[in-house]
Amino acid sequence: MTTIVTDNCKGCRFTDCVTVCPVACFHYDDEMLYIDPDTCIDCSACIPECPVQAIYEGDDIPEDQEHWIDINAEKAPELPVCEEQMEPLPGAEERKAALGF
Amino acid sequence: MSDLGTSSKPLLVAIVGSGPSGFYAAEALLKSEISVKVDLFDRLPSPYGLVRSGVAPDHQKLKQAIKLYEKIADSPDFNLVANVNVGTDIDIDDLRASHHAVIIACGAETDRKLDIPGEDLTGSYTATEFVGWYNGHPDYRDRQFDLSHDVAVIIGQGNVAADVSRILSKTVDELKHTDIAQHALDVLAESKVKEIHVIGRRGPAQAKFTPKELREFGELGDCHPMIDEQELELNTASKTELEEKTNIGSKKIYDQFCEFAAMTADTNKTKRCYFRFLLSPIELLGNEKLETVVLEKNKLSGDAFKQSARGTGERLELETGILFRSIGYRGVPITGIPFRDDWGTIPNIEGRVTENDKLVPQLYTAGWIKRGPSGIIGTNRACSVETVECLLADISALDTGNKSGINNILSLLKDKNIRVVDYADWKKIDSEEIKQGEPKGKPREKITYRDQMLALID
Ligand SMILES: Cc1cc2nc3c(=O)[nH]c(=O)nc-3n(C[C@H](O)[C@H](O)[C@H](O)COP(=O)(O)OP(=O)(O)OC[C@H]3O[C@@H](n4cnc5c(N)ncnc54)[C@H](O)[C@@H]3O)c2cc1C
Ligand SMILES: NC(=O)c1ccc[n+]([C@@H]2O[C@H](COP(=O)([O-])OP(=O)(O)OC[C@H]3O[C@@H](n4cnc5c(N)ncnc54)[C@H](OP(=O)(O)O)[C@@H]3O)[C@@H](O)[C@H]2O)c1
Ligand code: SF4
Ligand code: SF4
Repeated sequence: MTTIVTDNCKGCRFTDCVTVCPVACFHYDDEMLYIDPDTCIDCSACIPECPVQAIYEGDDIPEDQEHWIDINAEKAPELPVCEEQMEPLPGAEERKAALGF
Repeated sequence: MSDLGTSSKPLLVAIVGSGPSGFYAAEALLKSEISVKVDLFDRLPSPYGLVRSGVAPDHQKLKQAIKLYEKIADSPDFNLVANVNVGTDIDIDDLRASHHAVIIACGAETDRKLDIPGEDLTGSYTATEFVGWYNGHPDYRDRQFDLSHDVAVIIGQGNVAADVSRILSKTVDELKHTDIAQHALDVLAESKVKEIHVIGRRGPAQAKFTPKELREFGELGDCHPMIDEQELELNTASKTELEEKTNIGSKKIYDQFCEFAAMTADTNKTKRCYFRFLLSPIELLGNEKLETVVLEKNKLSGDAFKQSARGTGERLELETGILFRSIGYRGVPITGIPFRDDWGTIPNIEGRVTENDKLVPQLYTAGWIKRGPSGIIGTNRACSVETVECLLADISALDTGNKSGINNILSLLKDKNIRVVDYADWKKIDSEEIKQGEPKGKPREKITYRDQMLALID
C-alpha cells in the first residue's frame, strides 16, 4: 500500500512533510502536494509532521478520501519535485484554523 | 573576502558515519551553491548505518532509501572512506588538519541499561545485539542466543521492541526471502519460543509503537496478538491525552490494542504475543542463567503528557529463560570530541558542537548522536540540513589556512596498514552479496565477517 496526500493539503501547502521525506518523493502544483508512489518507501515520516493531518498511509485512508490514491499516482510524476520547505500558500493559516487545527 | 568554496579552493568536509544523517549531510553540502568535496568515513567496510544493520529485514521497502544514497555517492565530489574508525584508526585532529570542517554523524551504537540486579545473567540480552546479529553486523556476528525456551520477554514498547518481537513471532517461511543473515535464520528456525511478552512501564496510551508497526501483529502467519481487556482501562489523564487532536498516533495505537483485545485467538496459530502494561522489571533471578523476571506493578502519576510510572509495591513473577531489553540506544564517545555522558550525545547548538557552552571551531554533528536515539530515517534529513546550514553560514570562519586534504589522510592510513574501502570497492562487495542471495530468493546474503568482505576486494 502507499502513502497519499488528501483534501486538507489544498490551499495550504505547509511543506513540513517535505523536510523529513527520506527519498524526496513529494511533487507540487499551485494548490497542493502529491506523493509519487513509485519512489515513496512508506516510512510514514511525513504523516505526523503535517499540521492539518492531510497525509494517510494506505491501510488507513478514510473511504471518502480513497479517490486521492489515483490522483497522487497520476499527478506526482508529471510535476516538479519539492525537496525543500516552501512558503505556505497565502491564506494557509486561515485554512488550517478552519480545518480545526 | 574568503575565496573558500570556489572551484580553485573547494570547501573540504569530512563526515564521520555513513548512516542516513551522514548521507543527508553530504547531500545538503553537494547541493549547495559553493564548491565542496565530501569525504564520508565509516568504521565498517559497508556503508548505510542502521538502514543496513538496524531496519528489520522484513521491511525491505524501507531499505530503498539506499537508492538515494547511491545517487549521492555517484557525485564526483563524493568519496567513501570506509573501514576506518575515526578516533582509533585516525585522530580527530588529523581530520581537522586535512579538512575545513568535520561533521560527526556516528549514530548511537550502544544500548541503555535497566540497572537492576541480575541484568547480566545468561539469557538476558539487549535488543541492540539481537538486531545487529540478525542483520549481519560484523560486531555481533558471533553472538549466541539461546532460543530453547517457551517464553521470551521484551522490555520496552518502542518500534525496536516491535521489531524484535516480530522477528521472534514470525515463521521461517515469513523470513527466508528477506535479507536476514543466514546464521540468524538457522537459529530462528530451531526456536522454541511460543509466548512473547512485550512489556511497557506505562499504559497503552503511552506505547511508542507507530500504528503500522503495531498493526502487523494482527497479520502474522503463526502468531496471535493477545491483550487483557482490563489492562486497557485508562485513567483520566490518559483519556485527556487520547482526546487531543494532534495525538492521533497514540489514539490509533490504543484503538489497535482494543481491536486485538476483542479478537478471538486463532487456535490454528501456535504462538502468542502478549502486550502488557504498567509493569517494570525490578530483578532478574536465576542460577547463572535467567529463570524468572520479577516485575513490579506501576501506577501513572502526573499531568496528561507528563505522566510517569511509579511502582506500587505489588510484585509478580514471570518464568522465562529469555529477556531482551529494548529501552533505547545510547551514543558512544569518540576520543577528542566533547560528549554529554548524561544524555549520551555530543553537546551542540543546532549542529554546531559546543564544549562548556563554547562553540568548538570546525566541529559539527548530525543525526542520533546530535539529537539522541529517536526519530526515523527521514527525521535525519531535516536534522542534517539544519547542521549544514550552520556550517555554510560559518564558511568565512572555516577558512583557516591550507588543508592537507584526503590524500594526506589516506597515506596516514596506508602507513598504519589500514585497507580503506572506497565506493568502488563497496560496489564489488554489494554485487557479491546480491549474487549470493539470488539462489535463495533473497535480495542479498550479507557478508558478515570483515575479513571476508575485505578478501573480496584484494
Ligand atoms: C533496530 C532499529 C530499527 C529501525 N528501523 C527503522 C525503520 O524501520 N524505519 C525508519 O525510518 N527508521 C528506523 N530506525 C531508525 C533509523 O535507523 C535511524 O533514525 C537512523 O539510522 C539514524 O541515523 P544516523 O546516521 O544518525 O545513525 P546510524 O544509522 O547509526 O549511522 C551511524 C554510522 O556511523 C558509523 N560510525 C560509528 N562510529 C564511528 C566511528 N568512530 N568512525 C567511523 N564511523 C563510525 C557506524 O558504523 C554507522 O554506519 C531504526 C533504528 C533501529 C535501531
Ligand atoms: N519501523 C520503524 O519505523 C522503526 C523501527 C525501529 C525503530 N524506529 C525508531 O527508532 C527510534 C528508537 O526506537 P526505540 O524503540 O529504541 O526507542 P523508543 O521509541 O524511545 O522506545 C523505548 C521504550 O523503552 C521504554 N523504556 C525506556 N526506559 C525504560 C526503563 N528504564 N524501563 C522500562 N522501559 C523503559 C520506553 O518507555 P517510556 O515511554 O515510558 O519512556 C519506550 O517504551 C524511535 O524513534 C523509533 O520510532 C522506527
Ligand atoms: S505538511 Fe500537510 S498541508 Fe503541508 S504540504 Fe505537506 S501534506 Fe500539505
Ligand atoms: S511515507 Fe516516507 S517516503 Fe513516503 S512520502 Fe512520506 S516521508 Fe516520503
